[in-house]
Amino acid sequence: MSVTVERAASVEEAAAAIARGAALLAGGTILMRRVNAGDPRLERLVRLEDPALRRIGSGSEGVSLGALVTMAEVAAAPETAFLAPVARAVGGPALRTMATVGGNLFARRTYGDLAVALLALGARIILARDGAREIGEFLRGRERAGLVLALEVPRPREARAFGFLKVARVRPAGTAVMTLAAHLPREGGRIRGARVTFGGMGPGPLRSPGAERALEGQALDAGTIGRAAAACVEGLEPLDDALASAWYRREVAPVHLRRLLEGML
Amino acid sequence: MALKPVALTLNGSERAAFTEDGENLLDFLRRRLGDLSPKFGCGQGACGACTVLLDGAPVLACLILAETAAGRRIETAAGLAGAALHPLQRAFVEGFAAQCGYCTPGMLMAAVALLRANPRPTREEVVAAIGGNLCRCTGYEPIIAAVLDAAGHMERRA
Ligand SMILES: Cc1cc2nc3c(=O)[nH]c(=O)nc-3n(C[C@H](O)[C@H](O)[C@H](O)COP(=O)(O)OP(=O)(O)OC[C@H]3O[C@@H](n4cnc5c(N)ncnc54)[C@H](O)[C@@H]3O)c2cc1C
Ligand code: FES
Ligand code: FES
Repeated sequence: MSVTVERAASVEEAAAAIARGAALLAGGTILMRRVNAGDPRLERLVRLEDPALRRIGSGSEGVSLGALVTMAEVAAAPETAFLAPVARAVGGPALRTMATVGGNLFARRTYGDLAVALLALGARIILARDGAREIGEFLRGRERAGLVLALEVPRPREARAFGFLKVARVRPAGTAVMTLAAHLPREGGRIRGARVTFGGMGPGPLRSPGAERALEGQALDAGTIGRAAAACVEGLEPLDDALASAWYRREVAPVHLRRLLEGML
Repeated sequence: MALKPVALTLNGSERAAFTEDGENLLDFLRRRLGDLSPKFGCGQGACGACTVLLDGAPVLACLILAETAAGRRIETAAGLAGAALHPLQRAFVEGFAAQCGYCTPGMLMAAVALLRANPRPTREEVVAAIGGNLCRCTGYEPIIAAVLDAAGHMERRA
Protein backbone atom coordinates (compact mmCIF):
# COMPACT_ATOMS: atom_id res chain seq x y z
CA MET A 1 0.00 0.00 0.00
CA SER A 2 1.42 3.31 -1.10
CA VAL A 3 -0.86 5.72 0.69
CA THR A 4 0.01 7.54 3.91
CA VAL A 5 -2.64 8.78 6.34
CA GLU A 6 -2.20 11.82 8.53
CA ARG A 7 -4.50 13.21 11.17
CA ALA A 8 -5.18 16.94 11.22
CA ALA A 9 -5.70 18.53 14.62
CA SER A 10 -7.55 21.53 13.20
CA VAL A 11 -9.34 22.86 10.14
CA GLU A 12 -6.24 24.96 9.37
CA GLU A 13 -4.00 21.90 9.42
CA ALA A 14 -6.35 19.98 7.16
CA ALA A 15 -6.64 22.89 4.74
CA ALA A 16 -2.85 23.17 4.62
CA ALA A 17 -2.48 19.43 3.95
CA ILE A 18 -5.00 19.67 1.10
CA ALA A 19 -3.10 22.66 -0.32
CA ARG A 20 -0.02 20.42 -0.36
CA GLY A 21 -1.87 17.74 -2.36
CA ALA A 22 -3.47 15.49 0.28
CA ALA A 23 -7.07 14.33 -0.17
CA LEU A 24 -9.50 14.79 2.71
CA LEU A 25 -10.92 11.44 3.80
CA ALA A 26 -14.58 12.24 4.48
CA GLY A 27 -16.95 9.25 4.28
CA GLY A 28 -14.40 7.44 2.12
CA THR A 29 -17.03 5.90 -0.16
CA ILE A 30 -15.28 7.26 -3.25
CA LEU A 31 -11.70 7.49 -1.98
CA MET A 32 -11.42 4.06 -0.36
CA ARG A 33 -12.03 2.13 -3.55
CA ARG A 34 -8.95 3.88 -4.95
CA VAL A 35 -7.02 3.07 -1.77
CA ASN A 36 -8.13 -0.57 -2.03
CA ALA A 37 -7.05 -0.70 -5.66
CA GLY A 38 -3.64 0.75 -4.77
CA ASP A 39 -4.08 3.80 -7.03
CA PRO A 40 -0.55 5.24 -7.24
CA ARG A 41 -1.88 8.78 -7.80
CA LEU A 42 -3.38 8.75 -4.32
CA GLU A 43 -0.40 9.32 -2.05
CA ARG A 44 -1.72 11.18 0.99
CA LEU A 45 -4.97 11.15 2.91
CA VAL A 46 -5.82 13.54 5.70
CA ARG A 47 -8.38 12.84 8.44
CA LEU A 48 -10.22 15.59 10.28
CA GLU A 49 -12.48 14.91 13.24
CA ASP A 50 -13.86 18.35 14.01
CA PRO A 51 -17.35 18.11 15.58
CA ALA A 52 -18.26 21.48 14.02
CA LEU A 53 -18.14 19.83 10.60
CA ARG A 54 -20.70 17.25 11.75
CA ARG A 55 -23.31 19.78 12.85
CA ILE A 56 -26.71 20.52 11.33
CA GLY A 57 -27.84 24.07 12.07
CA SER A 58 -31.23 25.53 11.29
CA GLY A 59 -32.32 29.14 10.81
CA SER A 60 -35.39 30.92 9.47
CA GLU A 61 -34.13 30.89 5.86
CA GLY A 62 -32.55 27.47 5.67
CA VAL A 63 -30.18 24.90 7.06
CA SER A 64 -26.43 24.76 7.44
CA LEU A 65 -24.88 21.34 6.95
CA GLY A 66 -21.35 20.69 8.17
CA ALA A 67 -19.38 19.09 5.35
CA LEU A 68 -18.99 15.81 7.28
CA VAL A 69 -22.73 15.39 7.95
CA THR A 70 -23.82 12.04 6.50
CA MET A 71 -26.71 11.16 4.19
CA ALA A 72 -28.22 9.05 7.01
CA GLU A 73 -28.20 12.12 9.27
CA VAL A 74 -29.83 14.30 6.59
CA ALA A 75 -32.47 11.61 6.04
CA ALA A 76 -33.28 11.46 9.77
CA ALA A 77 -33.01 15.05 11.06
CA PRO A 78 -36.29 17.02 11.34
CA GLU A 79 -34.52 20.23 10.20
CA THR A 80 -33.61 18.66 6.87
CA ALA A 81 -36.95 16.97 6.15
CA PHE A 82 -37.14 18.73 2.75
CA LEU A 83 -33.88 17.04 1.74
CA ALA A 84 -34.71 13.59 3.16
CA PRO A 85 -35.99 12.16 -0.16
CA VAL A 86 -32.72 13.26 -1.80
CA ALA A 87 -30.52 11.74 0.93
CA ARG A 88 -32.49 8.50 0.84
CA ALA A 89 -31.89 8.24 -2.93
CA VAL A 90 -28.13 7.89 -2.36
CA GLY A 91 -27.04 4.23 -2.32
CA GLY A 92 -28.24 1.74 0.33
CA PRO A 93 -28.46 2.21 4.11
CA ALA A 94 -24.84 1.20 4.85
CA LEU A 95 -23.52 3.60 2.22
CA ARG A 96 -25.66 6.40 3.68
CA THR A 97 -24.17 5.86 7.16
CA MET A 98 -20.82 6.78 5.63
CA ALA A 99 -21.36 9.08 2.61
CA THR A 100 -21.03 12.79 3.49
CA VAL A 101 -22.72 15.83 2.02
CA GLY A 102 -19.34 17.47 1.38
CA GLY A 103 -18.05 14.43 -0.48
CA ASN A 104 -21.13 14.44 -2.71
CA LEU A 105 -20.04 17.81 -4.13
CA PHE A 106 -16.92 16.09 -5.49
CA ALA A 107 -18.60 12.93 -6.83
CA ARG A 108 -18.11 12.25 -10.53
CA ARG A 109 -21.05 11.57 -12.78
CA THR A 110 -23.44 10.02 -12.56
CA TYR A 111 -23.07 10.25 -8.78
CA GLY A 112 -23.72 13.57 -7.09
CA ASP A 113 -27.49 13.28 -6.52
CA LEU A 114 -27.43 15.68 -3.57
CA ALA A 115 -25.31 18.17 -5.52
CA VAL A 116 -27.98 18.24 -8.26
CA ALA A 117 -30.65 19.09 -5.66
CA LEU A 118 -28.47 21.72 -3.99
CA LEU A 119 -27.74 23.35 -7.35
CA ALA A 120 -31.50 23.74 -7.87
CA LEU A 121 -31.91 25.21 -4.39
CA GLY A 122 -29.04 27.66 -4.90
CA ALA A 123 -26.95 26.47 -1.95
CA ARG A 124 -23.85 28.34 -0.81
CA ILE A 125 -20.65 26.43 -0.21
CA ILE A 126 -18.47 27.66 2.66
CA LEU A 127 -14.76 27.18 2.02
CA ALA A 128 -11.89 27.20 4.49
CA ARG A 129 -9.75 29.31 2.17
CA ASP A 130 -11.88 32.10 0.76
CA GLY A 131 -15.38 32.42 2.11
CA ALA A 132 -18.58 31.44 0.36
CA ARG A 133 -19.34 30.47 -3.23
CA GLU A 134 -22.61 29.99 -5.07
CA ILE A 135 -22.76 26.25 -5.73
CA GLY A 136 -22.74 26.55 -9.53
CA GLU A 137 -19.56 28.57 -9.41
CA PHE A 138 -18.13 26.15 -6.84
CA LEU A 139 -18.84 23.12 -9.04
CA ARG A 140 -17.09 24.68 -12.03
CA GLY A 141 -13.86 25.04 -10.04
CA ARG A 142 -14.22 22.27 -7.49
CA GLU A 143 -10.81 20.69 -8.18
CA ARG A 144 -9.09 23.78 -6.82
CA ALA A 145 -11.59 24.74 -4.10
CA GLY A 146 -9.69 23.23 -1.16
CA LEU A 147 -11.43 22.28 2.07
CA VAL A 148 -15.22 22.64 2.19
CA LEU A 149 -16.49 23.46 5.69
CA ALA A 150 -20.26 23.69 5.28
CA LEU A 151 -23.17 23.81 2.86
CA GLU A 152 -25.84 26.47 3.41
CA VAL A 153 -29.11 25.39 1.88
CA PRO A 154 -32.13 27.71 1.53
CA ARG A 155 -35.35 26.02 2.63
CA PRO A 156 -38.11 26.07 -0.02
CA ARG A 157 -40.97 28.32 1.11
CA GLU A 158 -43.55 25.66 0.38
CA ALA A 159 -43.20 21.92 -0.17
CA ARG A 160 -44.39 21.99 -3.79
CA ALA A 161 -41.73 24.55 -4.74
CA PHE A 162 -39.05 21.86 -4.69
CA GLY A 163 -39.01 18.61 -6.64
CA PHE A 164 -36.42 15.86 -7.05
CA LEU A 165 -36.30 12.75 -9.22
CA LYS A 166 -33.60 10.13 -9.57
CA VAL A 167 -33.94 7.88 -12.59
CA ALA A 168 -32.24 4.50 -12.07
CA ARG A 169 -32.66 1.12 -13.67
CA VAL A 170 -31.73 -0.90 -10.59
CA ARG A 171 -33.89 -0.25 -7.56
CA PRO A 172 -33.75 0.61 -4.76
CA ALA A 173 -30.03 1.47 -4.73
CA GLY A 174 -28.91 1.82 -8.35
CA THR A 175 -26.75 4.49 -9.90
CA ALA A 176 -28.67 7.25 -11.69
CA VAL A 177 -29.10 7.28 -15.45
CA MET A 178 -30.00 10.88 -14.74
CA THR A 179 -31.07 12.98 -11.77
CA LEU A 180 -33.41 15.98 -11.94
CA ALA A 181 -34.30 18.71 -9.50
CA ALA A 182 -36.40 21.85 -9.74
CA HIS A 183 -36.94 24.84 -7.49
CA LEU A 184 -39.95 26.88 -8.60
CA PRO A 185 -40.83 29.60 -6.06
CA ARG A 186 -44.18 31.19 -6.91
CA GLU A 187 -45.40 34.73 -6.31
CA GLY A 188 -49.02 35.42 -7.08
CA GLY A 189 -49.23 32.22 -9.08
CA ARG A 190 -46.19 33.10 -11.26
CA ILE A 191 -42.83 31.36 -11.09
CA ARG A 192 -40.03 33.74 -9.95
CA GLY A 193 -36.45 32.48 -9.94
CA ALA A 194 -36.93 29.10 -11.65
CA ARG A 195 -34.02 26.71 -11.31
CA VAL A 196 -33.99 23.35 -13.07
CA THR A 197 -30.97 21.06 -12.78
CA PHE A 198 -29.76 17.77 -14.19
CA GLY A 199 -27.14 15.21 -13.25
CA GLY A 200 -26.01 12.78 -15.93
CA MET A 201 -26.62 15.32 -18.72
CA GLY A 202 -23.07 16.67 -18.82
CA PRO A 203 -19.76 16.28 -17.04
CA GLY A 204 -21.30 17.26 -13.67
CA PRO A 205 -24.52 18.74 -12.25
CA LEU A 206 -25.82 21.44 -14.63
CA ARG A 207 -28.67 23.93 -14.83
CA SER A 208 -31.01 23.69 -17.79
CA PRO A 209 -31.22 27.19 -19.29
CA GLY A 210 -33.91 26.09 -21.78
CA ALA A 211 -36.28 24.76 -19.12
CA GLU A 212 -35.67 27.71 -16.82
CA ARG A 213 -36.47 30.21 -19.59
CA ALA A 214 -39.71 28.39 -20.42
CA LEU A 215 -40.80 28.42 -16.77
CA GLU A 216 -39.75 31.90 -15.64
CA GLY A 217 -42.66 34.31 -15.08
CA GLN A 218 -45.24 31.71 -16.11
CA ALA A 219 -47.98 29.89 -14.20
CA LEU A 220 -47.16 26.20 -13.85
CA ASP A 221 -49.72 24.46 -16.08
CA ALA A 222 -49.76 21.79 -18.76
CA GLY A 223 -48.73 24.22 -21.50
CA THR A 224 -45.76 25.62 -19.53
CA ILE A 225 -44.66 22.13 -18.55
CA GLY A 226 -44.76 21.03 -22.19
CA ARG A 227 -42.62 24.00 -23.29
CA ALA A 228 -40.11 23.45 -20.45
CA ALA A 229 -39.81 19.76 -21.33
CA ALA A 230 -39.34 20.52 -25.02
CA ALA A 231 -36.53 23.00 -24.29
CA CYS A 232 -34.78 21.19 -21.42
CA VAL A 233 -31.90 19.51 -23.28
CA GLU A 234 -30.87 22.73 -25.02
CA GLY A 235 -27.24 23.44 -24.20
CA LEU A 236 -26.74 20.18 -22.30
CA GLU A 237 -24.30 17.55 -23.54
CA PRO A 238 -25.05 14.12 -22.17
CA LEU A 239 -22.32 11.53 -22.56
CA ASP A 240 -22.31 7.86 -23.45
CA ASP A 241 -21.49 5.54 -20.59
CA ALA A 242 -22.22 2.03 -19.37
CA LEU A 243 -25.63 3.06 -18.03
CA ALA A 244 -27.07 4.75 -21.14
CA SER A 245 -26.13 6.39 -24.42
CA ALA A 246 -26.16 10.14 -24.92
CA TRP A 247 -28.92 9.65 -27.51
CA TYR A 248 -31.11 7.81 -24.99
CA ARG A 249 -30.56 10.43 -22.32
CA ARG A 250 -31.51 13.23 -24.73
CA GLU A 251 -34.68 11.34 -25.73
CA VAL A 252 -35.92 10.58 -22.20
CA ALA A 253 -34.88 13.76 -20.33
CA PRO A 254 -38.02 15.69 -21.46
CA VAL A 255 -40.27 12.83 -20.33
CA HIS A 256 -38.72 12.74 -16.88
CA LEU A 257 -38.81 16.52 -16.52
CA ARG A 258 -42.50 16.53 -17.45
CA ARG A 259 -43.21 13.89 -14.76
CA LEU A 260 -41.23 15.86 -12.18
CA LEU A 261 -43.03 19.13 -12.93
CA GLU A 262 -46.46 17.50 -12.99
CA GLY A 263 -45.78 16.44 -9.40
CA MET A 264 -45.18 20.10 -8.45
CA LEU A 265 -48.49 21.54 -9.73
CA MET B 1 5.65 1.85 6.98
CA ALA B 2 4.53 2.75 10.49
CA LEU B 3 2.16 0.37 12.23
CA LYS B 4 -0.64 1.96 14.20
CA PRO B 5 -2.36 0.30 17.16
CA VAL B 6 -6.14 0.03 16.95
CA ALA B 7 -8.28 -1.02 19.92
CA LEU B 8 -11.98 -1.58 19.46
CA THR B 9 -14.89 -3.64 20.71
CA LEU B 10 -15.75 -6.61 18.51
CA ASN B 11 -18.99 -8.39 19.36
CA GLY B 12 -18.68 -7.26 22.97
CA SER B 13 -14.98 -8.16 23.46
CA GLU B 14 -12.13 -5.67 23.73
CA ARG B 15 -9.72 -6.39 20.88
CA ALA B 16 -6.54 -4.71 19.68
CA ALA B 17 -4.10 -5.16 16.80
CA PHE B 18 -1.82 -3.13 14.58
CA THR B 19 -2.98 -1.67 11.30
CA GLU B 20 -1.07 -0.13 8.38
CA ASP B 21 -1.83 3.09 6.53
CA GLY B 22 -4.53 2.39 3.98
CA GLU B 23 -5.77 -0.89 5.49
CA ASN B 24 -9.55 -1.16 5.44
CA LEU B 25 -11.70 -2.42 8.28
CA LEU B 26 -12.67 -5.58 6.39
CA ASP B 27 -9.03 -6.69 6.07
CA PHE B 28 -8.40 -5.64 9.67
CA LEU B 29 -11.27 -7.77 10.99
CA ARG B 30 -10.40 -10.78 8.83
CA ARG B 31 -6.59 -10.76 8.86
CA ARG B 32 -5.69 -9.12 12.16
CA LEU B 33 -8.60 -10.15 14.38
CA GLY B 34 -9.49 -13.44 12.70
CA ASP B 35 -13.21 -12.74 12.30
CA LEU B 36 -13.91 -14.28 8.89
CA SER B 37 -17.66 -13.65 8.93
CA PRO B 38 -17.63 -10.39 6.95
CA LYS B 39 -16.85 -11.28 3.32
CA PHE B 40 -14.84 -9.63 0.55
CA GLY B 41 -16.89 -9.33 -2.62
CA CYS B 42 -15.74 -6.23 -4.47
CA GLY B 43 -13.74 -3.81 -2.31
CA GLN B 44 -15.74 -1.00 -3.94
CA GLY B 45 -18.88 -0.68 -1.84
CA ALA B 46 -21.01 -2.31 -4.50
CA CYS B 47 -21.94 -5.73 -3.06
CA GLY B 48 -22.58 -5.37 0.68
CA ALA B 49 -20.92 -8.71 1.55
CA CYS B 50 -18.70 -6.84 4.04
CA THR B 51 -21.59 -5.14 5.90
CA VAL B 52 -20.96 -4.84 9.65
CA LEU B 53 -22.43 -2.60 12.33
CA LEU B 54 -20.32 0.32 13.58
CA ASP B 55 -21.73 1.82 16.79
CA GLY B 56 -25.00 0.14 15.81
CA ALA B 57 -25.27 1.49 12.26
CA PRO B 58 -24.65 -0.59 9.13
CA VAL B 59 -21.46 0.26 7.22
CA LEU B 60 -19.41 -1.23 4.40
CA ALA B 61 -16.23 -2.44 6.10
CA CYS B 62 -14.25 -2.42 2.83
CA LEU B 63 -14.70 1.37 2.55
CA ILE B 64 -13.72 2.22 6.13
CA LEU B 65 -10.15 2.97 7.01
CA ALA B 66 -9.39 0.57 9.89
CA GLU B 67 -7.76 3.25 12.04
CA THR B 68 -10.96 5.33 12.03
CA ALA B 69 -12.74 2.48 13.88
CA ALA B 70 -10.47 2.85 16.94
CA GLY B 71 -12.49 3.03 20.16
CA ARG B 72 -15.70 2.11 18.42
CA ARG B 73 -18.12 -0.81 18.68
CA ILE B 74 -18.19 -3.36 15.84
CA GLU B 75 -20.76 -6.12 15.44
CA THR B 76 -20.47 -8.89 12.87
CA ALA B 77 -22.45 -12.00 11.99
CA ALA B 78 -20.00 -14.07 14.07
CA GLY B 79 -21.47 -12.45 17.19
CA LEU B 80 -25.15 -13.04 16.43
CA ALA B 81 -25.71 -16.53 17.82
CA GLY B 82 -25.71 -17.19 21.55
CA ALA B 83 -26.52 -20.69 22.81
CA ALA B 84 -29.06 -20.81 19.98
CA LEU B 85 -29.12 -19.23 16.55
CA HIS B 86 -30.33 -15.63 16.31
CA PRO B 87 -33.97 -15.54 15.10
CA LEU B 88 -32.78 -14.07 11.79
CA GLN B 89 -30.28 -16.90 11.31
CA ARG B 90 -32.96 -19.47 12.10
CA ALA B 91 -35.38 -17.87 9.66
CA PHE B 92 -32.66 -17.86 6.97
CA VAL B 93 -32.01 -21.58 7.52
CA GLU B 94 -35.67 -22.55 7.62
CA GLY B 95 -36.58 -20.39 4.62
CA PHE B 96 -33.62 -21.48 2.39
CA ALA B 97 -32.53 -17.83 2.29
CA ALA B 98 -28.88 -18.89 1.96
CA GLN B 99 -27.73 -20.92 -1.04
CA CYS B 100 -23.97 -20.45 -1.50
CA GLY B 101 -24.12 -18.29 1.64
CA TYR B 102 -21.57 -15.71 0.55
CA CYS B 103 -23.94 -12.76 0.85
CA THR B 104 -25.52 -14.08 4.05
CA PRO B 105 -23.38 -12.40 6.76
CA GLY B 106 -23.88 -9.01 5.10
CA MET B 107 -27.60 -9.62 4.60
CA LEU B 108 -27.93 -10.64 8.25
CA MET B 109 -26.21 -7.50 9.53
CA ALA B 110 -28.29 -5.25 7.25
CA ALA B 111 -31.40 -7.03 8.58
CA VAL B 112 -30.27 -6.77 12.22
CA ALA B 113 -29.91 -3.00 11.78
CA LEU B 114 -33.37 -2.81 10.25
CA LEU B 115 -35.16 -4.85 12.93
CA ARG B 116 -33.54 -2.95 15.79
CA ALA B 117 -34.78 0.35 14.39
CA ASN B 118 -38.05 -0.99 13.06
CA PRO B 119 -39.25 -4.28 14.59
CA ARG B 120 -42.29 -4.52 12.30
CA PRO B 121 -41.05 -3.58 8.82
CA THR B 122 -43.16 -3.71 5.70
CA ARG B 123 -41.95 -5.65 2.68
CA GLU B 124 -40.86 -2.36 1.06
CA GLU B 125 -38.84 -1.44 4.13
CA VAL B 126 -37.07 -4.82 4.02
CA VAL B 127 -36.28 -4.31 0.33
CA ALA B 128 -34.86 -0.85 1.09
CA ALA B 129 -32.81 -2.18 4.02
CA ILE B 130 -31.04 -4.83 1.89
CA GLY B 131 -30.90 -2.53 -1.16
CA GLY B 132 -27.10 -2.29 -0.95
CA ASN B 133 -26.58 -6.06 -0.65
CA LEU B 134 -26.25 -8.23 -3.74
CA CYS B 135 -27.21 -11.91 -3.87
CA ARG B 136 -26.35 -13.92 -6.97
CA CYS B 137 -28.21 -17.08 -5.90
CA THR B 138 -31.59 -16.66 -4.28
CA GLY B 139 -33.36 -14.01 -6.34
CA TYR B 140 -33.92 -12.16 -3.03
CA GLU B 141 -37.48 -13.42 -2.39
CA PRO B 142 -36.49 -16.04 0.24
CA ILE B 143 -34.28 -13.44 1.97
CA ILE B 144 -37.11 -10.90 2.13
CA ALA B 145 -39.48 -13.58 3.40
CA ALA B 146 -36.97 -14.73 6.05
CA VAL B 147 -36.50 -11.20 7.40
CA LEU B 148 -40.28 -10.72 7.63
CA ASP B 149 -40.60 -14.14 9.25
CA ALA B 150 -37.90 -13.35 11.84
CA ALA B 151 -39.57 -10.02 12.61
CA GLY B 152 -42.79 -11.88 13.35
CA HIS B 153 -41.04 -14.39 15.64
CA MET B 154 -39.07 -11.74 17.49
CA GLU B 155 -42.18 -9.72 18.08
CA ARG B 156 -44.18 -12.64 19.39
CA ARG B 157 -41.43 -13.38 21.89
CA ALA B 158 -41.06 -9.79 23.05
C1 LIG C 1 -21.95 1.46 -4.05
C2 LIG C 1 -21.98 2.96 -4.15
C3 LIG C 1 -23.18 3.57 -4.44
C4 LIG C 1 -23.25 4.96 -4.55
N1 LIG C 1 -24.45 5.52 -4.84
C5 LIG C 1 -24.53 6.86 -4.95
C6 LIG C 1 -25.77 7.47 -5.26
O1 LIG C 1 -26.79 6.80 -5.43
N2 LIG C 1 -25.81 8.82 -5.39
C7 LIG C 1 -24.70 9.59 -5.21
O2 LIG C 1 -24.79 10.81 -5.31
N3 LIG C 1 -23.51 9.05 -4.91
C8 LIG C 1 -23.40 7.70 -4.78
N4 LIG C 1 -22.19 7.14 -4.49
C9 LIG C 1 -21.00 7.99 -4.42
C10 LIG C 1 -20.63 8.50 -3.01
O3 LIG C 1 -20.92 7.53 -2.04
C11 LIG C 1 -21.37 9.77 -2.60
O4 LIG C 1 -21.31 10.71 -3.64
C12 LIG C 1 -20.83 10.39 -1.30
O5 LIG C 1 -21.63 11.48 -0.90
C13 LIG C 1 -19.37 10.80 -1.37
O6 LIG C 1 -18.99 11.30 -0.09
P1 LIG C 1 -17.80 10.69 0.80
O7 LIG C 1 -17.83 11.44 2.06
O8 LIG C 1 -17.90 9.23 0.91
O9 LIG C 1 -16.55 11.05 -0.11
P2 LIG C 1 -15.01 10.66 0.04
O10 LIG C 1 -14.76 9.38 -0.65
O11 LIG C 1 -14.55 10.76 1.46
O12 LIG C 1 -14.37 11.86 -0.79
C14 LIG C 1 -14.61 12.03 -2.16
C15 LIG C 1 -13.75 13.18 -2.70
O13 LIG C 1 -14.18 14.43 -2.20
C16 LIG C 1 -13.16 15.05 -1.45
N5 LIG C 1 -13.79 15.67 -0.29
C17 LIG C 1 -14.73 15.09 0.51
N6 LIG C 1 -15.15 15.97 1.45
C18 LIG C 1 -14.48 17.11 1.24
C19 LIG C 1 -14.46 18.39 1.89
N7 LIG C 1 -15.25 18.66 2.95
N8 LIG C 1 -13.63 19.34 1.41
C20 LIG C 1 -12.82 19.10 0.34
N9 LIG C 1 -12.79 17.91 -0.31
C21 LIG C 1 -13.60 16.93 0.14
C22 LIG C 1 -12.21 13.94 -1.08
O14 LIG C 1 -10.92 14.40 -0.82
C23 LIG C 1 -12.29 13.05 -2.30
O15 LIG C 1 -11.49 13.53 -3.32
C24 LIG C 1 -22.09 5.74 -4.37
C25 LIG C 1 -20.88 5.12 -4.05
C26 LIG C 1 -20.81 3.75 -3.94
C27 LIG C 1 -19.52 3.10 -3.60
S1 FES D 1 -16.65 -6.00 -0.38
FE1 FES D 1 -17.44 -4.26 0.62
S2 FES D 1 -19.18 -3.80 -0.57
FE2 FES D 1 -18.30 -5.43 -1.69
S1 FES E 1 -26.76 -17.04 -1.34
FE1 FES E 1 -25.19 -16.99 -2.83
S2 FES E 1 -24.90 -14.87 -3.07
FE2 FES E 1 -26.62 -14.92 -1.82
